[in-house]
Amino acid sequence: MKMENINSKVDPKFFKEHQRAIYKSLEDKHTTIEDIDGEDPLNAKMILNMGPQHPATHGVLRLIVQLRGEMIEKTRIDLGYLHRGVEKIAENKTYQEFMPYTDRMDYLSPYSNNVALCTAVEKLADVDVPERAQYIRMICCELARISSHLLWLGTMVMDAGAVSYFIWTFREREKIYDIFDEVAGHRFTVSHSRIGGVANDFTDGAVARIKEFIDEFPNELKDWHKLLDRNRIFIDRNKDVGILPTEKALDMGATGPVLRASGFGVDQRIVTPYLQYDKVDFEVPTRLEGDNLARYFVRMEEMGESIKIISQCFDKMPKGPIRANNAKHAYPSKDEVYYSMEGMIHDFMMTDTGICPPAGKEVYHAVEAPKGELGYFIQSDGTGHPWRLKVNGPSLRNLQVLEHILDGEMVADTVVIIGGMDPVMGEADK
Amino acid sequence: MSLELTETVQSVVDGLSSEFSKALIEVYQSCDHAYFRVEADQNIEILTYLKEEHHFIFLCDIIGTDRYTSNERFEVIYNLMNLRTQDRIFVKVRLEEENPTVRTATSIWTSAGWFEREVYDMFGVRFEGHPDLRRMYMPEDFEYYPLRKEFPLLGIPGSIELPNTTPDTE
Repeated sequence: MKMENINSKVDPKFFKEHQRAIYKSLEDKHTTIEDIDGEDPLNAKMILNMGPQHPATHGVLRLIVQLRGEMIEKTRIDLGYLHRGVEKIAENKTYQEFMPYTDRMDYLSPYSNNVALCTAVEKLADVDVPERAQYIRMICCELARISSHLLWLGTMVMDAGAVSYFIWTFREREKIYDIFDEVAGHRFTVSHSRIGGVANDFTDGAVARIKEFIDEFPNELKDWHKLLDRNRIFIDRNKDVGILPTEKALDMGATGPVLRASGFGVDQRIVTPYLQYDKVDFEVPTRLEGDNLARYFVRMEEMGESIKIISQCFDKMPKGPIRANNAKHAYPSKDEVYYSMEGMIHDFMMTDTGICPPAGKEVYHAVEAPKGELGYFIQSDGTGHPWRLKVNGPSLRNLQVLEHILDGEMVADTVVIIGGMDPVMGEADK
Repeated sequence: MSLELTETVQSVVDGLSSEFSKALIEVYQSCDHAYFRVEADQNIEILTYLKEEHHFIFLCDIIGTDRYTSNERFEVIYNLMNLRTQDRIFVKVRLEEENPTVRTATSIWTSAGWFEREVYDMFGVRFEGHPDLRRMYMPEDFEYYPLRKEFPLLGIPGSIELPNTTPDTE
């Protein structure tokens, strides 16, 4: 079959122009794979749609691949199946009201998203956050990182064929969910951070649970390292698969573990230290190979570093307030709200109008979410709503890399490579 | 207004004001970052200059905004990073409401492809020379640009074809 004029052979029933445009774009895609339109006597060429309902694509990701036998010649990625327009919603909400929506963007590490929004708004409105609140945020962010990486590990190894891993990593994730339940009152979408601090302090029970977790988790991690690091099947499946060469990584806009596995130690916790990350000691795992196995090592080592950060945070965490004591910047504590008139008025004002950053100011602040640089760009017009809020999500950037590196791979490796990229569609689709 | 700039950003200010004195419109600082507003028709030359002479080799994002003013309504903001000194700068161009068009940055960074598609999808800014300028999130059949300020929050009824909700009945 000649791969020309694909559109004459398909008959889309729904969003017709959209489907036609994608096939046209697949046809036009420039690729470096040689001999692409050569003779095809065995009739081995085909166009394959993967998704949006494919179980291995981690959500509603749709790939349109052109195959020759088992080799992928070209790929196009179709996004937007989970597009909810959160940036439009943000323009119609106060800053604090918008925070629950950020939970639902990268829903595997909601705490990082909360912190990303809060730190951006705090920078914009010049809010001072008490030190204790910053340490609480750091601990929870690192727990969220472990939780996200655990899901990646479980599903990625499952994509490579080992189902039992999924159950082991989910047992550990369950413990993190229990911790968040104790800390924030929610298991999944926590919304625990507040502009100017956090909602409530750690309870003794929560501290005990986190300490128990950081004591036990390194042993689990060690076992997993033992099982996979030298596992012949796993290495054969991942080594030299989905290579992102170092010289192309920046050009294609990779971020997070994908960029670090290609040799660039770019980590926002080091590049632009936020919270108290400059006070703790940790390493940024980096690899040079750029293949799927390198991404595996980077993420596994990051989990170990996160444990190190959490235990240092407990040593350094001071006692004190957990929210800024300024009624124009943050919610007053519940004691004030229930027992004083001013407290109640301030609480009402914060809910109704919210924090009003100075007009005409712009801010970009990025945090290192588990998947990479998560940046919020906010333009303020002086009211309680942002004039423009742009989310720079790591999943979108890594998916763009995926579209390039899938060309020339085997079709059986696609699910492993998608697993190694670790996209979350809630964030990529906004 | 006095600016507190790092050495790298200061050298960018000096470099741009000597090499591109006509194209550089204003430089200002907001929340620690420097913003450079330049002429829209010089964007590619300036971005190439920043990449090659000042080592701003990493394009982190392209942001579109709708200023909702009568002239120069749309803004496209390039978020650049220098990995050597870890500085971040923003380069802005402003575009007119009628047929907003700017040259594409895909010739400098491959990653600009999807970022520009997103700006096109949300604001209708066209990027001249883009190899694959399709909508990013909305289907091609959709006629509006949802992040423009005049687009209502609840959407426009009938603007998007929805599937039949009664299954298997004709």
